[in-house]
Amino acid sequence: MPSLGADMEAGKLVEWLVKPGDTVHRGDVVAVVETQKGAIEIEIFQDGTVTELLAELGRELPVGAPLATVLAEGEAPPATTAAPPRAPEPEPEPEPEPAEDRAPAMAPPIPPPAPETPRTPPARPAAPAPPVRTGARPASPAARQLAEKLGVDIAALKGSGPGGAILLADVEHAAPGKPKTSASPMEEMRKAIAAAMTRAKRTIPHFYLSETIDVDPAIAFLETRNEGCPPAERILLGALFVRAATLAAAKVKTMNGHYLEDRGYVPAQVVNPGVAIALRGGGLVAPALMDAGAMTLEQTMAGMRDLVTRARAGRLRGSEMTEGTITISSLGDTGAEAMTGVIFPPQVALVGIGAPHLRPWVVEGSVVPRHVVTLTMSADHRVSDGRQVARFIAEFEDLMQRPEDL
Amino acid sequence: MTATDFRAVFLDELVRVAPDIDPDTVGDDDHIQEDLELDSMDVLNLVAALHERLGVDIPERDYPEIATPALAAAYLARHATA
Repeated sequence: MPSLGADMEAGKLVEWLVKPGDTVHRGDVVAVVETQKGAIEIEIFQDGTVTELLAELGRELPVGAPLATVLAEGEAPPATTAAPPRAPEPEPEPEPEPAEDRAPAMAPPIPPPAPETPRTPPARPAAPAPPVRTGARPASPAARQLAEKLGVDIAALKGSGPGGAILLADVEHAAPGKPKTSASPMEEMRKAIAAAMTRAKRTIPHFYLSETIDVDPAIAFLETRNEGCPPAERILLGALFVRAATLAAAKVKTMNGHYLEDRGYVPAQVVNPGVAIALRGGGLVAPALMDAGAMTLEQTMAGMRDLVTRARAGRLRGSEMTEGTITISSLGDTGAEAMTGVIFPPQVALVGIGAPHLRPWVVEGSVVPRHVVTLTMSADHRVSDGRQVARFIAEFEDLMQRPEDL
Repeated sequence: MTATDFRAVFLDELVRVAPDIDPDTVGDDDHIQEDLELDSMDVLNLVAALHERLGVDIPERDYPEIATPALAAAYLARHATA
Protein backbone atom coordinates (compact mmCIF):
# COMPACT_ATOMS: atom_id res chain seq x y z
CA MET A 1 0.00 0.00 0.00
CA PRO A 2 1.78 3.09 -1.18
CA SER A 3 1.58 6.37 0.67
CA LEU A 4 -0.50 8.71 -1.46
CA GLY A 5 -0.03 11.79 0.63
CA ALA A 6 2.01 13.16 3.48
CA ASP A 7 -0.48 12.09 6.09
CA MET A 8 -2.01 8.98 4.66
CA GLU A 9 -1.99 6.07 7.11
CA ALA A 10 -4.12 3.50 5.35
CA GLY A 11 -6.08 2.87 2.20
CA LYS A 12 -8.75 0.46 1.08
CA LEU A 13 -8.11 -1.64 -2.01
CA VAL A 14 -11.28 -1.43 -4.12
CA GLU A 15 -10.28 -2.81 -7.49
CA TRP A 16 -7.58 -4.93 -9.09
CA LEU A 17 -6.78 -4.06 -12.70
CA VAL A 18 -4.31 -6.93 -13.09
CA LYS A 19 -4.43 -10.65 -12.37
CA PRO A 20 -1.76 -13.26 -11.71
CA GLY A 21 0.17 -13.97 -14.88
CA ASP A 22 -0.16 -10.44 -16.24
CA THR A 23 2.94 -8.68 -17.45
CA VAL A 24 3.30 -5.18 -16.02
CA HIS A 25 5.54 -2.26 -16.81
CA ARG A 26 6.71 0.54 -14.62
CA GLY A 27 3.98 3.19 -14.52
CA ASP A 28 1.09 0.85 -15.38
CA VAL A 29 -2.05 1.38 -13.36
CA VAL A 30 -2.63 -1.89 -11.51
CA ALA A 31 -5.20 -1.19 -8.80
CA VAL A 32 -7.57 1.38 -7.37
CA VAL A 33 -7.34 2.41 -3.74
CA GLU A 34 -9.94 4.37 -1.84
CA THR A 35 -8.33 7.06 0.32
CA GLN A 36 -9.54 10.04 2.26
CA LYS A 37 -9.03 12.01 -0.93
CA GLY A 38 -11.20 9.70 -3.01
CA ALA A 39 -10.33 6.80 -5.32
CA ILE A 40 -6.76 6.86 -6.57
CA GLU A 41 -5.22 4.70 -9.29
CA ILE A 42 -2.08 2.95 -8.14
CA GLU A 43 0.86 2.59 -10.48
CA ILE A 44 3.49 -0.09 -10.30
CA PHE A 45 7.13 0.90 -9.91
CA GLN A 46 8.82 -1.98 -11.69
CA ASP A 47 8.59 -4.19 -14.74
CA GLY A 48 7.69 -7.82 -14.23
CA THR A 49 4.99 -10.42 -13.95
CA VAL A 50 2.28 -10.45 -11.34
CA THR A 51 2.50 -13.80 -9.58
CA GLU A 52 0.15 -13.33 -6.69
CA LEU A 53 -2.40 -10.83 -5.44
CA LEU A 54 -1.97 -10.65 -1.67
CA ALA A 55 -4.45 -7.99 -0.67
CA GLU A 56 -8.15 -8.64 -0.41
CA LEU A 57 -10.60 -6.26 -1.99
CA GLY A 58 -12.48 -4.08 0.44
CA ARG A 59 -9.93 -4.38 3.19
CA GLU A 60 -8.37 -1.32 4.74
CA LEU A 61 -4.59 -1.75 4.79
CA PRO A 62 -1.87 0.30 6.44
CA VAL A 63 0.65 2.11 4.28
CA GLY A 64 3.45 -0.35 3.59
CA ALA A 65 1.34 -3.50 3.59
CA PRO A 66 2.09 -5.72 0.59
CA LEU A 67 -0.56 -5.75 -2.13
CA ALA A 68 0.89 -8.19 -4.63
CA THR A 69 3.99 -10.14 -5.56
CA VAL A 70 5.65 -9.13 -8.78
CA LEU A 71 8.69 -10.91 -10.14
CA ALA A 72 11.16 -9.25 -12.44
CA GLU A 73 12.12 -11.12 -15.59
CA GLY A 74 14.29 -14.10 -14.70
CA GLU A 75 13.62 -13.74 -11.01
CA ALA A 76 12.86 -16.94 -9.14
CA PRO A 77 9.62 -17.01 -7.16
CA PRO A 78 10.18 -16.64 -3.44
CA ALA A 79 10.49 -19.96 -1.62
CA THR A 80 7.52 -19.20 0.55
CA THR A 81 4.94 -16.56 0.02
CA ALA A 82 3.62 -14.61 2.98
CA ALA A 83 3.40 -17.32 5.57
CA PRO A 84 -0.03 -18.07 6.96
CA PRO A 85 -0.24 -18.07 10.74
CA ARG A 86 0.73 -21.49 11.99
CA ALA A 87 0.58 -23.28 15.30
CA PRO A 88 3.24 -22.15 17.72
CA GLU A 89 6.15 -24.49 17.57
CA PRO A 90 9.75 -23.80 18.38
CA GLU A 91 11.44 -23.15 15.12
CA PRO A 92 14.13 -20.84 13.93
CA GLU A 93 13.13 -17.37 12.79
CA PRO A 94 11.71 -17.62 9.30
CA GLU A 95 14.69 -17.15 7.08
CA PRO A 96 14.65 -13.58 5.93
CA GLU A 97 15.03 -13.46 2.20
CA PRO A 98 17.68 -11.16 0.86
CA ALA A 99 15.96 -7.86 0.27
CA GLU A 100 16.88 -7.61 -3.38
CA ASP A 101 15.77 -11.17 -4.03
CA ARG A 102 12.20 -10.71 -3.10
CA ALA A 103 10.26 -8.38 -5.32
CA PRO A 104 9.00 -5.60 -3.13
CA ALA A 105 5.76 -5.45 -5.06
CA MET A 106 4.29 -2.01 -4.64
CA ALA A 107 5.35 -1.30 -1.12
CA PRO A 108 9.08 -1.20 -0.87
CA PRO A 109 9.69 0.72 2.35
CA ILE A 110 8.03 -1.49 4.95
CA PRO A 111 8.38 -5.26 5.13
CA PRO A 112 5.22 -7.31 5.40
CA PRO A 113 4.02 -7.61 8.97
CA ALA A 114 5.36 -10.72 10.68
CA PRO A 115 2.95 -13.58 11.17
CA GLU A 116 0.96 -13.02 14.30
CA THR A 117 2.25 -16.07 16.11
CA PRO A 118 3.15 -15.42 19.73
CA ARG A 119 6.70 -16.49 20.23
CA THR A 120 6.14 -18.26 23.51
CA PRO A 121 9.36 -19.52 25.01
CA PRO A 122 9.16 -23.31 24.87
CA ALA A 123 10.11 -23.53 28.56
CA ARG A 124 6.69 -22.34 29.70
CA PRO A 125 4.23 -24.20 27.54
CA ALA A 126 1.69 -24.75 30.24
CA ALA A 127 1.47 -21.21 31.47
CA PRO A 128 -1.62 -19.21 30.59
CA ALA A 129 -1.07 -17.53 27.28
CA PRO A 130 0.76 -14.31 27.89
CA PRO A 131 -0.58 -11.20 26.26
CA VAL A 132 0.25 -11.26 22.59
CA ARG A 133 3.46 -9.35 22.13
CA THR A 134 3.33 -7.22 19.09
CA GLY A 135 6.79 -5.80 19.09
CA ALA A 136 7.00 -2.77 21.29
CA ARG A 137 3.48 -1.66 20.45
CA PRO A 138 1.28 -1.27 23.52
CA ALA A 139 -2.43 -1.84 23.13
CA SER A 140 -5.35 -1.70 25.51
CA PRO A 141 -6.79 -5.09 26.56
CA ALA A 142 -10.15 -4.25 25.01
CA ALA A 143 -8.43 -3.37 21.76
CA ARG A 144 -6.53 -6.66 21.77
CA GLN A 145 -9.68 -8.63 22.42
CA LEU A 146 -11.59 -6.94 19.64
CA ALA A 147 -8.67 -7.26 17.26
CA GLU A 148 -8.58 -10.97 17.88
CA LYS A 149 -12.31 -11.28 17.39
CA LEU A 150 -12.29 -9.34 14.14
CA GLY A 151 -9.07 -10.79 12.81
CA VAL A 152 -7.34 -7.42 12.74
CA ASP A 153 -3.54 -7.47 12.69
CA ILE A 154 -2.79 -5.31 15.69
CA ALA A 155 0.90 -4.95 14.79
CA ALA A 156 -0.10 -3.18 11.64
CA LEU A 157 -2.21 -0.56 13.40
CA LYS A 158 -1.19 2.92 14.31
CA GLY A 159 -2.19 3.74 17.87
CA SER A 160 -3.83 7.00 18.82
CA GLY A 161 -3.50 6.49 22.59
CA PRO A 162 -0.74 7.69 24.91
CA GLY A 163 2.68 6.67 23.63
CA GLY A 164 1.12 5.36 20.44
CA ALA A 165 -0.95 2.79 22.31
CA ILE A 166 -3.61 1.09 20.25
CA LEU A 167 -7.09 1.84 21.50
CA LEU A 168 -10.44 0.21 20.87
CA ALA A 169 -11.31 2.89 18.33
CA ASP A 170 -8.15 2.18 16.33
CA VAL A 171 -9.16 -1.44 15.97
CA GLU A 172 -12.74 -0.56 15.07
CA HIS A 173 -11.39 1.84 12.49
CA ALA A 174 -9.28 -0.86 10.86
CA ALA A 175 -11.79 -3.70 11.06
CA PRO A 176 -12.11 -5.30 7.63
CA GLY A 177 -15.40 -4.92 5.91
CA LYS A 178 -16.66 -2.67 8.62
CA PRO A 179 -17.39 0.78 7.31
CA LYS A 180 -16.06 3.54 9.44
CA THR A 181 -18.91 4.97 11.37
CA SER A 182 -18.19 8.62 10.61
CA ALA A 183 -17.22 8.15 7.02
CA SER A 184 -18.94 10.55 4.70
CA PRO A 185 -16.44 11.13 1.86
CA MET A 186 -16.58 14.85 2.56
CA GLU A 187 -15.66 14.38 6.20
CA GLU A 188 -12.80 12.11 5.23
CA MET A 189 -11.54 14.68 2.74
CA ARG A 190 -11.78 17.37 5.42
CA LYS A 191 -9.72 15.22 7.78
CA ALA A 192 -7.05 14.68 5.15
CA ILE A 193 -6.83 18.40 4.44
CA ALA A 194 -6.78 19.17 8.16
CA ALA A 195 -3.89 16.76 8.73
CA ALA A 196 -1.80 18.04 5.83
CA MET A 197 -2.41 21.71 6.53
CA THR A 198 -1.84 21.38 10.27
CA ARG A 199 1.44 19.66 9.55
CA ALA A 200 2.36 22.40 7.09
CA LYS A 201 1.67 25.19 9.55
CA ARG A 202 3.39 23.35 12.38
CA THR A 203 6.57 22.47 10.52
CA ILE A 204 7.04 24.90 7.63
CA PRO A 205 8.22 28.43 8.49
CA HIS A 206 6.13 30.13 5.82
CA PHE A 207 6.90 33.57 4.46
CA TYR A 208 5.14 35.46 1.71
CA LEU A 209 5.83 37.87 -1.15
CA SER A 210 3.16 39.46 -3.33
CA GLU A 211 3.02 41.28 -6.63
CA THR A 212 0.17 42.67 -8.69
CA ILE A 213 0.53 41.73 -12.35
CA ASP A 214 -1.08 43.17 -15.47
CA VAL A 215 -2.81 40.35 -17.34
CA ASP A 216 -4.32 42.38 -20.19
CA PRO A 217 -1.59 41.19 -22.60
CA ALA A 218 -2.46 37.59 -21.69
CA ILE A 219 -6.21 38.15 -22.01
CA ALA A 220 -5.77 39.85 -25.39
CA PHE A 221 -3.48 37.05 -26.55
CA LEU A 222 -6.08 34.42 -25.61
CA GLU A 223 -8.97 36.31 -27.21
CA THR A 224 -7.14 36.41 -30.50
CA ARG A 225 -5.90 32.85 -30.22
CA ASN A 226 -9.23 31.31 -29.19
CA GLU A 227 -11.30 33.22 -31.73
CA GLY A 228 -12.57 30.72 -34.27
CA CYS A 229 -11.02 27.80 -32.41
CA PRO A 230 -13.22 24.80 -31.68
CA PRO A 231 -13.78 24.39 -27.93
CA ALA A 232 -11.37 21.49 -27.60
CA GLU A 233 -8.49 23.70 -28.75
CA ARG A 234 -9.22 26.74 -26.61
CA ILE A 235 -6.80 27.83 -23.93
CA LEU A 236 -7.73 29.33 -20.57
CA LEU A 237 -5.87 31.96 -18.58
CA GLY A 238 -5.23 29.32 -15.92
CA ALA A 239 -3.07 27.37 -18.37
CA LEU A 240 -0.91 30.46 -18.96
CA PHE A 241 -0.45 30.77 -15.20
CA VAL A 242 0.60 27.14 -14.88
CA ARG A 243 2.93 27.44 -17.85
CA ALA A 244 4.54 30.63 -16.52
CA ALA A 245 4.91 29.15 -13.03
CA THR A 246 6.44 25.98 -14.51
CA LEU A 247 9.06 27.92 -16.46
CA ALA A 248 9.81 30.14 -13.45
CA ALA A 249 10.13 27.09 -11.17
CA ALA A 250 12.58 25.50 -13.60
CA LYS A 251 14.80 28.57 -13.20
CA VAL A 252 14.48 29.11 -9.46
CA LYS A 253 15.46 25.74 -8.02
CA THR A 254 14.68 26.62 -4.40
CA MET A 255 10.97 26.83 -5.24
CA ASN A 256 10.74 23.40 -6.86
CA GLY A 257 11.33 20.29 -4.78
CA HIS A 258 10.67 18.53 -1.51
CA TYR A 259 11.84 19.20 2.03
CA LEU A 260 12.36 15.85 3.76
CA GLU A 261 12.82 15.58 7.50
CA ASP A 262 15.85 13.30 7.18
CA ARG A 263 17.55 14.78 4.13
CA GLY A 264 16.59 18.42 4.14
CA TYR A 265 15.83 20.11 0.86
CA VAL A 266 15.94 17.97 -2.28
CA PRO A 267 15.47 20.05 -5.43
CA ALA A 268 13.44 18.27 -8.12
CA GLN A 269 14.92 17.43 -11.52
CA VAL A 270 11.65 18.15 -13.32
CA VAL A 271 8.75 20.49 -12.65
CA ASN A 272 5.51 18.71 -11.70
CA PRO A 273 3.18 21.58 -10.87
CA GLY A 274 0.32 20.58 -8.60
CA VAL A 275 -2.87 22.19 -9.87
CA ALA A 276 -5.32 22.95 -7.07
CA ILE A 277 -8.85 21.85 -8.02
CA ALA A 278 -11.79 22.72 -5.78
CA LEU A 279 -14.32 19.95 -5.44
CA ARG A 280 -18.04 20.52 -5.32
CA GLY A 281 -19.43 20.85 -1.84
CA GLY A 282 -15.98 21.38 -0.34
CA GLY A 283 -12.58 19.82 -0.44
CA LEU A 284 -9.58 20.28 -2.63
CA VAL A 285 -7.09 18.15 -4.50
CA ALA A 286 -3.88 19.30 -6.16
CA PRO A 287 -2.80 16.58 -8.60
CA ALA A 288 0.48 17.12 -10.39
CA LEU A 289 0.88 17.75 -14.10
CA MET A 290 3.82 15.42 -14.58
CA ASP A 291 6.93 16.93 -16.22
CA ALA A 292 5.09 20.04 -17.35
CA GLY A 293 8.45 21.64 -18.17
CA ALA A 294 8.62 19.48 -21.29
CA MET A 295 5.15 20.51 -22.46
CA THR A 296 3.94 23.16 -24.86
CA LEU A 297 1.19 25.56 -23.82
CA GLU A 298 -1.31 23.40 -25.72
CA GLN A 299 -0.14 20.26 -23.94
CA THR A 300 -0.28 22.06 -20.60
CA MET A 301 -3.88 23.03 -21.26
CA ALA A 302 -4.82 19.50 -22.41
CA GLY A 303 -3.11 18.05 -19.34
CA MET A 304 -5.01 20.39 -17.02
CA ARG A 305 -8.34 19.52 -18.64
CA ASP A 306 -7.56 15.88 -18.19
CA LEU A 307 -6.62 16.38 -14.53
CA VAL A 308 -9.83 18.27 -13.79
CA THR A 309 -11.92 15.63 -15.57
CA ARG A 310 -10.26 12.80 -13.67
CA ALA A 311 -10.39 14.65 -10.36
CA ARG A 312 -14.17 14.93 -10.78
CA ALA A 313 -14.50 11.27 -11.76
CA GLY A 314 -12.24 10.04 -8.94
CA ARG A 315 -9.55 8.68 -11.22
CA LEU A 316 -6.33 10.43 -10.24
CA ARG A 317 -3.10 8.44 -10.08
CA GLY A 318 -0.87 7.80 -7.13
CA SER A 319 2.11 9.53 -8.73
CA GLU A 320 0.01 12.63 -9.35
CA MET A 321 -0.92 12.75 -5.69
CA THR A 322 2.64 12.47 -4.37
CA GLU A 323 5.10 13.80 -6.92
CA GLY A 324 4.02 17.42 -7.20
CA THR A 325 7.01 19.75 -6.80
CA ILE A 326 5.22 23.13 -6.41
CA THR A 327 1.52 23.98 -6.17
CA ILE A 328 -0.41 26.54 -8.19
CA SER A 329 -3.71 27.65 -6.77
CA SER A 330 -5.67 30.02 -8.92
CA LEU A 331 -9.03 31.40 -7.85
CA GLY A 332 -10.43 31.41 -11.37
CA ASP A 333 -12.39 34.06 -13.25
CA THR A 334 -14.35 35.57 -10.42
CA GLY A 335 -13.84 35.88 -6.73
CA ALA A 336 -11.38 37.35 -4.30
CA GLU A 337 -8.38 39.31 -5.51
CA ALA A 338 -5.69 37.63 -3.45
CA MET A 339 -4.95 34.47 -1.55
CA THR A 340 -2.14 33.64 0.83
CA GLY A 341 -1.93 29.87 0.66
CA VAL A 342 -0.55 27.11 2.85
CA ILE A 343 2.28 25.05 1.36
CA PHE A 344 1.46 21.42 0.63
CA PRO A 345 4.16 19.34 2.35
CA PRO A 346 6.71 18.11 1.44
CA GLN A 347 6.73 20.87 -1.19
CA VAL A 348 8.38 24.20 -0.41
CA ALA A 349 6.34 26.77 -2.32
CA LEU A 350 2.81 27.60 -3.36
CA VAL A 351 1.76 30.13 -5.97
CA GLY A 352 -1.55 31.76 -5.02
CA ILE A 353 -3.25 33.72 -7.80
CA GLY A 354 -6.36 35.82 -7.22
CA ALA A 355 -9.14 36.42 -9.73
CA PRO A 356 -8.51 39.13 -12.35
CA HIS A 357 -9.89 42.54 -11.35
CA LEU A 358 -10.22 45.68 -13.44
CA ARG A 359 -8.10 48.38 -11.78
CA PRO A 360 -6.58 51.75 -12.63
CA TRP A 361 -3.02 51.02 -13.75
CA VAL A 362 -0.12 53.19 -14.83
CA VAL A 363 1.21 52.35 -18.27
CA GLU A 364 3.90 54.60 -19.74
CA GLY A 365 2.97 57.48 -17.48
CA SER A 366 -0.80 57.33 -17.99
CA VAL A 367 -3.47 55.83 -15.81
CA VAL A 368 -5.44 53.26 -17.80
CA PRO A 369 -7.92 50.51 -16.86
CA ARG A 370 -6.23 47.14 -16.79
CA HIS A 371 -7.09 43.63 -15.62
CA VAL A 372 -4.64 42.70 -12.91
CA VAL A 373 -4.09 39.66 -10.72
CA THR A 374 -2.36 39.55 -7.39
CA LEU A 375 0.16 36.75 -7.12
CA THR A 376 1.20 35.72 -3.63
CA MET A 377 4.05 33.27 -3.20
CA SER A 378 4.14 31.22 0.00
CA ALA A 379 7.65 29.88 0.52
CA ASP A 380 9.53 27.76 3.05
CA HIS A 381 12.15 29.75 4.94
CA ARG A 382 14.17 26.61 5.64
CA VAL A 383 14.88 26.51 1.91
CA SER A 384 14.69 30.01 0.48
CA ASP A 385 14.79 33.71 1.26
CA GLY A 386 12.99 36.71 -0.13
CA ARG A 387 15.52 37.23 -2.87
CA GLN A 388 14.80 33.88 -4.54
CA VAL A 389 11.05 34.31 -4.23
CA ALA A 390 11.32 37.78 -5.75
CA ARG A 391 13.25 36.25 -8.63
CA PHE A 392 10.52 33.69 -9.20
CA ILE A 393 7.88 36.42 -9.21
CA ALA A 394 9.87 38.60 -11.62
CA GLU A 395 10.31 35.66 -13.96
CA PHE A 396 6.57 34.86 -13.80
CA GLU A 397 5.56 38.46 -14.39
CA ASP A 398 7.93 38.83 -17.32
CA LEU A 399 6.49 35.71 -18.97
CA MET A 400 2.92 36.94 -18.51
CA GLN A 401 3.84 40.11 -20.43
CA ARG A 402 4.86 38.04 -23.47
CA PRO A 403 2.34 35.20 -23.52
CA GLU A 404 3.24 34.25 -27.09
CA ASP A 405 6.52 32.86 -25.70
CA LEU A 406 4.81 30.55 -23.22
CA MET B 1 -35.26 17.70 -31.42
CA THR B 2 -37.44 19.67 -29.05
CA ALA B 3 -36.31 22.10 -26.37
CA THR B 4 -36.90 19.30 -23.86
CA ASP B 5 -34.53 17.05 -25.79
CA PHE B 6 -31.86 19.75 -25.81
CA ARG B 7 -32.28 20.24 -22.11
CA ALA B 8 -31.83 16.49 -21.61
CA VAL B 9 -28.68 16.44 -23.76
CA PHE B 10 -27.29 19.44 -21.89
CA LEU B 11 -27.91 17.80 -18.50
CA ASP B 12 -26.46 14.55 -19.74
CA GLU B 13 -23.19 16.22 -20.73
CA LEU B 14 -23.22 18.38 -17.60
CA VAL B 15 -23.35 15.29 -15.42
CA ARG B 16 -20.61 13.68 -17.45
CA VAL B 17 -18.35 16.67 -16.76
CA ALA B 18 -19.39 16.81 -13.10
CA PRO B 19 -20.37 13.25 -12.13
CA ASP B 20 -21.19 14.26 -8.57
CA ILE B 21 -24.19 16.34 -9.65
CA ASP B 22 -27.53 14.58 -9.40
CA PRO B 23 -29.40 15.63 -12.57
CA ASP B 24 -32.76 15.32 -10.80
CA THR B 25 -31.80 18.11 -8.43
CA VAL B 26 -30.78 20.58 -11.13
CA GLY B 27 -33.31 23.38 -11.59
CA ASP B 28 -34.00 25.10 -14.89
CA ASP B 29 -32.56 28.35 -13.63
CA ASP B 30 -29.56 27.00 -11.73
CA HIS B 31 -26.42 28.82 -12.81
CA ILE B 32 -23.76 26.31 -13.81
CA GLN B 33 -20.97 28.26 -12.14
CA GLU B 34 -22.64 30.06 -9.25
CA ASP B 35 -25.08 27.33 -8.22
CA LEU B 36 -23.55 24.14 -9.59
CA GLU B 37 -19.96 25.19 -8.91
CA LEU B 38 -18.47 24.37 -12.29
CA ASP B 39 -15.09 26.02 -12.76
CA SER B 40 -13.85 27.49 -16.02
CA MET B 41 -12.20 24.19 -17.00
CA ASP B 42 -15.50 22.34 -16.43
CA VAL B 43 -17.35 24.87 -18.57
CA LEU B 44 -14.83 24.35 -21.35
CA ASN B 45 -15.21 20.59 -21.06
CA LEU B 46 -18.99 20.98 -21.24
CA VAL B 47 -18.79 23.22 -24.29
CA ALA B 48 -16.39 20.81 -25.98
CA ALA B 49 -18.74 17.89 -25.26
CA LEU B 50 -21.74 19.77 -26.66
CA HIS B 51 -19.72 20.64 -29.73
CA GLU B 52 -18.86 17.00 -30.27
CA ARG B 53 -22.37 15.73 -29.68
CA LEU B 54 -24.48 18.36 -31.42
CA GLY B 55 -22.02 20.09 -33.70
CA VAL B 56 -22.81 23.40 -32.02
CA ASP B 57 -19.65 25.45 -31.57
CA ILE B 58 -20.31 27.85 -28.72
CA PRO B 59 -17.87 30.77 -28.83
CA GLU B 60 -16.56 32.18 -25.54
CA ARG B 61 -18.63 35.34 -25.82
CA ASP B 62 -21.79 33.20 -25.85
CA TYR B 63 -21.00 31.36 -22.62
CA PRO B 64 -23.50 33.51 -20.66
CA GLU B 65 -26.22 32.16 -22.96
CA ILE B 66 -25.70 28.61 -21.72
CA ALA B 67 -25.37 29.55 -18.07
CA THR B 68 -28.54 27.71 -17.00
CA PRO B 69 -30.33 24.61 -18.37
CA ALA B 70 -33.23 26.80 -19.56
CA LEU B 71 -30.96 29.25 -21.38
CA ALA B 72 -28.84 26.46 -22.81
CA ALA B 73 -31.82 24.48 -24.15
CA ALA B 74 -33.05 27.56 -26.00
CA TYR B 75 -29.56 28.41 -27.29
CA LEU B 76 -28.87 24.89 -28.52
CA ALA B 77 -32.29 24.67 -30.19
CA ARG B 78 -31.50 27.91 -32.05
CA HIS B 79 -28.03 26.85 -33.18
CA ALA B 80 -28.22 23.11 -33.78
CA THR B 81 -28.16 22.29 -37.45
CA ALA B 82 -31.36 20.50 -38.27
